[in-house]
Amino acid sequence: MQFSEQWLRALIDPPLDTVALNHLLTMSGLEVESCEGVAPAFDQVVVGLVASVAPHPNADRLRVCQVDVGAGAPLNIVCGAPNVVAGMKAPVALVGAKLPGEAGGKSLAIAPVVMRGVESKGMLCSARELGLSQDHSGLLSLASDAKVGSSIRETLALDDSIILIKLTPNRADCLSMLGIAREVAALTGTAMTPPPVTAVPASLKEALPVKLSAPTGCGRFTGRIIRGVNPRAPTPEWMRRRLERAGQRCISALVDVTNYVMLELGRPLHVYDLDKLQGGIDVRFGRLGETLKLLNEQTVTLDESVLAICDDRGPIGLAGIMGGDSTKADDTTTNVFLESAFFFPDAIAGRARRFNFASDASHRFERGVDFDNNIDGIERATRLILDLCGGEPGPTMDTRGVLPERAPVRMRLARAHKIIGVAVPEADVRQTFRRLGFATTIEGAGDKTVYVVTPPSYRFDITIEEDLIEEVARVYGFERIPANPPMARATMTYPLESSRSLYDLREVIAAAGYQEVVNFSFVDATWETDFGAESSPIRLLNPIANQYSVMRSTLLGGLVANVQYNLNRQADRIRVFEVGRIYRRRTDIADGPLAVKGIDQPIHIAGIAYGQSVEEQWGATKRFVDFFDVKSDIALLWQGATPKFQAGRHPAMQPGRCASVEIKGAIVGWLGELHPRLAQKYDLPRSPVVFEFATAPSLGRPIPVFEAVSKLPAVVRDQAFWVPDTTLAGAMLEAILGSGIALVKAANVFDLYRGDSAPKGRKSLAFRIVMQDTERTLTDAEVEEILARIRTNLTTKFNASLRT
Amino acid sequence: MQDLERIVADALAQFAQAADSAELERIKAGYLGREGVLTIQLKGLGKLPAEDRREVGARINAAKVAIETALNDRREGIERAQLEARLAEESIDVTLPGRGRERGGIHPVIRTWQRIEGIFRSIGFDVADGPEIETDWYNFTALNNPLNHPARSMQDTFYIEDKDANGLHLLLRTHTSPMQVRYARTHTPPIKVIAPGRTYRVDSDATHSPMFHQVEGLWIDEHISFADLKGVYTDFLRRFFETDALEVRFRPSYFPFTEPSAEIDMAFQTGPSQGRWLEISGSGQVHPQVIRNFGLDPERYVGFAFGSGLERLTMLRYGIDDLRLFFEGDLRFLRQFA
Repeated sequence: MQFSEQWLRALIDPPLDTVALNHLLTMSGLEVESCEGVAPAFDQVVVGLVASVAPHPNADRLRVCQVDVGAGAPLNIVCGAPNVVAGMKAPVALVGAKLPGEAGGKSLAIAPVVMRGVESKGMLCSARELGLSQDHSGLLSLASDAKVGSSIRETLALDDSIILIKLTPNRADCLSMLGIAREVAALTGTAMTPPPVTAVPASLKEALPVKLSAPTGCGRFTGRIIRGVNPRAPTPEWMRRRLERAGQRCISALVDVTNYVMLELGRPLHVYDLDKLQGGIDVRFGRLGETLKLLNEQTVTLDESVLAICDDRGPIGLAGIMGGDSTKADDTTTNVFLESAFFFPDAIAGRARRFNFASDASHRFERGVDFDNNIDGIERATRLILDLCGGEPGPTMDTRGVLPERAPVRMRLARAHKIIGVAVPEADVRQTFRRLGFATTIEGAGDKTVYVVTPPSYRFDITIEEDLIEEVARVYGFERIPANPPMARATMTYPLESSRSLYDLREVIAAAGYQEVVNFSFVDATWETDFGAESSPIRLLNPIANQYSVMRSTLLGGLVANVQYNLNRQADRIRVFEVGRIYRRRTDIADGPLAVKGIDQPIHIAGIAYGQSVEEQWGATKRFVDFFDVKSDIALLWQGATPKFQAGRHPAMQPGRCASVEIKGAIVGWLGELHPRLAQKYDLPRSPVVFEFATAPSLGRPIPVFEAVSKLPAVVRDQAFWVPDTTLAGAMLEAILGSGIALVKAANVFDLYRGDSAPKGRKSLAFRIVMQDTERTLTDAEVEEILARIRTNLTTKFNASLRT
Repeated sequence: MQDLERIVADALAQFAQAADSAELERIKAGYLGREGVLTIQLKGLGKLPAEDRREVGARINAAKVAIETALNDRREGIERAQLEARLAEESIDVTLPGRGRERGGIHPVIRTWQRIEGIFRSIGFDVADGPEIETDWYNFTALNNPLNHPARSMQDTFYIEDKDANGLHLLLRTHTSPMQVRYARTHTPPIKVIAPGRTYRVDSDATHSPMFHQVEGLWIDEHISFADLKGVYTDFLRRFFETDALEVRFRPSYFPFTEPSAEIDMAFQTGPSQGRWLEISGSGQVHPQVIRNFGLDPERYVGFAFGSGLERLTMLRYGIDDLRLFFEGDLRFLRQFA
């Protein structure tokens, strides 16, 4: 809601300057978003009458004017404006005036000058020279009735500000000057001067029949015929000014009057060309398939949910939203029909949005319009139309259906105190309701005081006790409510020892050199195919752009894009990671406390490593990052569970350099080199190593259980084997540890050899094996027996032979 | 026995000349070895008359001790010199950088997220997180924002093609407020929780990102008032910005799920944005209908909720001037927060 401060002050003028007024509005819930003067500071600019215009003796483009400024002899002013003519009125900056000058520049001081040999005492001004607009095509032409010699600031009402209020949807009552004035009156106690509304007697008998066929849609329809109006009558300056400062474009006097009354009283009106109407008015819901061409030239298709104004031929307007093209008043219209209706918010809300537009009327009706000022609106408009355009009014016909109820709302003083946290005095509460115009009766006294409030017809936001409590708090002033540290039971809360947080995981990966990123959850559909082999990803119905059209089921695409982005910006060694949700359809997911049926949304952690294994430096050999670098980077993601790596296939990873990772028998994610095909497609000169894991299996850790430390020494033996090239070290380790020999406590691969001295097709793996008995020292014979069993086992399973 | 004194003096002089331990040992053999000068003297003792033997023997022994002492001193000297030479040889340039990896870092918005969790945990708040693809009911209806409500246009919503049990399209949550409902329905008062997370709105320009982060706060008990909201949130901002030099104002506003509702603005008393009011959060006393949707009795339970943008808080904390930096993944930006 945008309006002129002077217009507001014409209705109510509290003893507050502009800044204080804005603060008052903001702190009562009508947030002032901006407040700008309509004109910059300047003075000594008056209305001048150009008495005569003569050519300049020394310049073709200049004229020499005699300008009457109301005092003393006419001024000799040289002027270059193309539109200067004798008899016109225009602003004159007198000698000594200071004009605003170009935007951001210095002010311009007016002094007597000689222009090509002719003296000029003052300056005739364009709108731009006064800082009023960008118009510099010629002099600012003033109305013929402007008083010569009077200050231009007064004449054009330039000592005014345009105030823009950001209204919340509950305060539809403030979508008008009357509403804002009412609010200011309630907040300050200043008396207001309401706009003049008087009944205009009918001079015609003629009335249009109105039928309300949709009682849940239209509760009241007030109409009036006016015949013989002048459609080309000009809109007076004062009205234009108020409309323009409220952000309204002026169209014609008839339309401007309806807009003016809407802004003034909050009462949307519509004006029809009476001669284009066929028969009477019926307000009913649309019928499937009906179409209607609107004032904005858009043609819409109706259905049973849309309320329509109809004449005998069918729909002629979208009720409460926009009139139709077929009955619109234009510059040939001489007989009009005025509509001043009440439509229920539920019957209007969302409809305009569905047709992809919004109008001032729909904005108001969907939030709630006063259903008690239909007649005020039509009388006010009639008066203005008759004054501006002439004409003969018929009687005001008021057709009523069912109107909203205003049930009394009870507010307990004690409840208000409990919610607000301050004992607002009883007298303050009473005064608040009185000033807000709420009809109130009081029951009980003291702590048991109850206010029974009947809200006015213009308030649609007062239906429960809390609505009244809010009014009390608002008018009392949020600023006066203290900021209390609350009293609460001092119970301790602390995360479980057996838990790890997502931050712990982030720290582990960050400590390994990875920088966290946050990528969008919606991605390009091709990423889903490329990185997740997901052919039917979850699509957005209304993505902001094509590359954000589906929900991601893997974090890898974003990470590859991060590498690409940074490679293009001179980075050559990149480690990034992300923690975020992925989204996928799963029929086994049911609605739950933290779940939405059919959609799995687990949090994943994923990373990418590109470039040298370590930052190039004196102490390390230059080498591109590999699988095993990253395998150790991620090792600390799990505590108390050993991840099991198994060769596997992942759509985004190079087969043969890709592992699934199992924790306690379940695959939790993948580690591998990006598939060379993808590296090429995404412009990466080499394949990075990537990983992605579900975080849930990482968020626990075991609570340690004490075990006696063995006092006996462990026996350590090394055993090296020749095995076929394809044998997996992990499988052999598992066979050693899981050989059923309790005395084997640990085993480790300490050497891998593939060299010239290896038998063809074989490699050597060497294991360090730790054996220990907690009861006694192992004898050499016992140790040898254990090793023999291990050797036999490996020979059988892996075709291994001892390397000697 | 002029001879012995000369022998000792010669030995000491020779020891001093020895360049390394091998030469020293060779010199030593010339005096104390099997054919050494002193050894021969000692062997000659037997030929002396018995009455002289004792005295001469003592003098020879004294000379032997003197030579051995000097020998040991010289041995230590040579060893020390050798060690020093080795140490000098092995010294390194300690100013060279260490081997191994550099540290990565945490994203600035996540850092804010983490700090906010810490601040609210310090007064006993729990932390919750939940689905981002939400149902219409949790995101709107449960929060007193039914279909067609004008307040819905305050938030432009992303919808996905999948539908819920009521035939309504699932959506990307437009705020973290659905977590109020999810958490409150599964816990009993007093309910003290914050729920940080990702949120989405159809909005993309210099000051809006289609994906952003919010933190929801909720405190429900039998007596939690608007004054308590002011107290908690003001305290939070002072802890978050680590200064008391900021002003906080609560301004009446409207949200379907709170009443009274307040927009929270803050202004720094120092720094580049000094004195300018900055919108930081929406808040208010939880609407009774929402309390009912929690499964609680609004007569008995009251309290406040707030929702704040993490990007905004992060930008103000570190002086970041462009929202888009958070989501570009530019390491030159992100590493500043490592």
